[in-house]
Amino acid sequence: MNRWIGPLVALFAACALAAPAVAQTAIKPAIVYSTGGKFDKSFNEGVSQGSEKFKKETGTAVAEFEPTNETQFEQAHRRFAQRGQDPIVAVGFSQGVALEKVAKEFPNIHFTIIDSVVDLPNVQSVVFKEHEGSFLVGVLAALASKSGKIGFVGGMDIPLIRRFQCGFEQGIKYANPSAELISNMTGTTPAAWNDPGRGAELAKGQFDRGVDIVYAAAGSTGIGVLQAAKDRGKLGIGVDSNQNYLHPGTMLTSMLKRVDLAAYNSFKAAQAGTWKGGTQVLGLKEGGVDWALDKDNEKLITPEMKAKVEAAKADIVSGKIVVHDYMSNNSCK
Amino acid sequence: MDDVLSFVFLMFAATLRVATPLVLCAMGGLFSEKSGIVDVGLEGKMLMAAFFAAATAAVTGSAWLGVAAAIVAAEAMALLHGFACITWRGNQVVSGVAINILAAGLTVVLGAAWFARGGQTPALESEQRLMPLFFPRAGDSIPVYVALASVPLTWWIIERTRFGLRLRAVGEMPLAVDAAGISVAWLRYRAVLLCGLFAGLAGAYLSIAQNAGFSRDMTAGQGFIALAAIIFGKWRPFPAFGACLIFGLLDAVAIRLQGVEMPGMGEVPVQLIQALPYLLTMFLLAGFIGRAVAPKAAGVPYEKEH
Repeated sequence: MNRWIGPLVALFAACALAAPAVAQTAIKPAIVYSTGGKFDKSFNEGVSQGSEKFKKETGTAVAEFEPTNETQFEQAHRRFAQRGQDPIVAVGFSQGVALEKVAKEFPNIHFTIIDSVVDLPNVQSVVFKEHEGSFLVGVLAALASKSGKIGFVGGMDIPLIRRFQCGFEQGIKYANPSAELISNMTGTTPAAWNDPGRGAELAKGQFDRGVDIVYAAAGSTGIGVLQAAKDRGKLGIGVDSNQNYLHPGTMLTSMLKRVDLAAYNSFKAAQAGTWKGGTQVLGLKEGGVDWALDKDNEKLITPEMKAKVEAAKADIVSGKIVVHDYMSNNSCK
Repeated sequence: MDDVLSFVFLMFAATLRVATPLVLCAMGGLFSEKSGIVDVGLEGKMLMAAFFAAATAAVTGSAWLGVAAAIVAAEAMALLHGFACITWRGNQVVSGVAINILAAGLTVVLGAAWFARGGQTPALESEQRLMPLFFPRAGDSIPVYVALASVPLTWWIIERTRFGLRLRAVGEMPLAVDAAGISVAWLRYRAVLLCGLFAGLAGAYLSIAQNAGFSRDMTAGQGFIALAAIIFGKWRPFPAFGACLIFGLLDAVAIRLQGVEMPGMGEVPVQLIQALPYLLTMFLLAGFIGRAVAPKAAGVPYEKEH
């Protein structure tokens, strides 16, 4: 019996020594998407693009979970944490509460949350200055509008979406002070992210009131808004991912929110051992938001429009223009 | 003046557009309920139909094949309901709820497996959809006209045909129908199948006429609103149609009132506008419709005495 103990101890010791050496290079990342689903052509799909990029570059597998309702967030976080997935990326503000709870239970696991702030040492919160990006597409909308009336369709009526609307309005007024913004919110429950029928109906209501360009910040509901714009021969503005390809020729542009960077950077940092908790705020300056120009909308963007929007962008980056953040005082004034 | 006319026209068009699935579902539900089969599963049938319409249209490129697939899918659900409630005399509400749950889950699972878009179907091109016929701004696709025609048709079938008479009888007193030598089960099966036909059309309208593709839970409770409209209308086609129009109008108004300055009260709060349809429903329910008497045998499985 005794003669087995020596080698056994040695074996355990070897394992114990080897484990940290492995952990520094190999990670087991995971993503919990929001209820919009991985392929929402918008917010979640942006995150999945970042994760695909990471997978391709490093060959690391990324575990994924697509919840079908909000009550699954906490279970998903906990299960991933128990399995030792690390880091875990949570997509969307609605996962904040669940994540805070689970992050406290697993202080050694690293979490990244997009669009919400959770103040814990093992949580990295990534938020975006959506008002700056929305400002830019507002400038473009004001310059492209013939009727001087521009529409906005938001998803769920929450301060985050008001931030999009408020930035958009400031951009419109910057480029054309007499232009008018007509805004609609789809609803007050999470179902508002996933109701393209109502989105289309809201957009049609706006078109009937003279709107000729509509900006959709509404997750999957936006698909209906942009479809309605195409059906009526109006222009649409996409959000989060580059949505120009959805309807080439009737998409003025898209407000890019680089959620792909949030996931990609978190995984990369974890792999390199440089992962840090805390809050990151990504604006125009950091390349976190932008406007989209590609082959699908280049015919709609004249050189003058491009010059004007790039000038506004430079002014925001340099601090000459300060775009008011709705969430700083819960008001657009 | 032109402005007012065009506003009225567009409001009217929006009302019809929103009310179409409600009207179709309500007419289908009427057949079922008149025969004594309570149909809580309208929502699920419509959802199933919407999914298969969009999926078929996306794969085959034909809107009409999409409509056919929608009807087949809704009829399959209707047969399931019939099998559980008529043949096996199960609880009709439980069966209806089961159909709703089945549809909510199955559409997303199948959608995710076939198209890998998180339960959505691919966006449809114009030629894969039922497009507006005469007024592109009004969105008057074929199902809208079918819905309008279905109301007098339903009335005529229920009130003026032999089949309708027997249908009403089987919903009030199935024993009498049975005693007259007419099969209760076969009558009820026909009613349930008619219901499936209408729910299928409603679903197809949602995903390939009003919208361009299926997305998860896109019926968003409209099947239940149709059910409420049947009760509002006291199980009669024209009043039920009126109730659907009121719901449609309220929705259209809610959409257009958001962010509009009202004289005397400034900008109307979004929350108030969104609560308006529900407030009015309660108001109407409490004060205006009076007693609604359901068919006597509704919800009661028919058992021959042994």
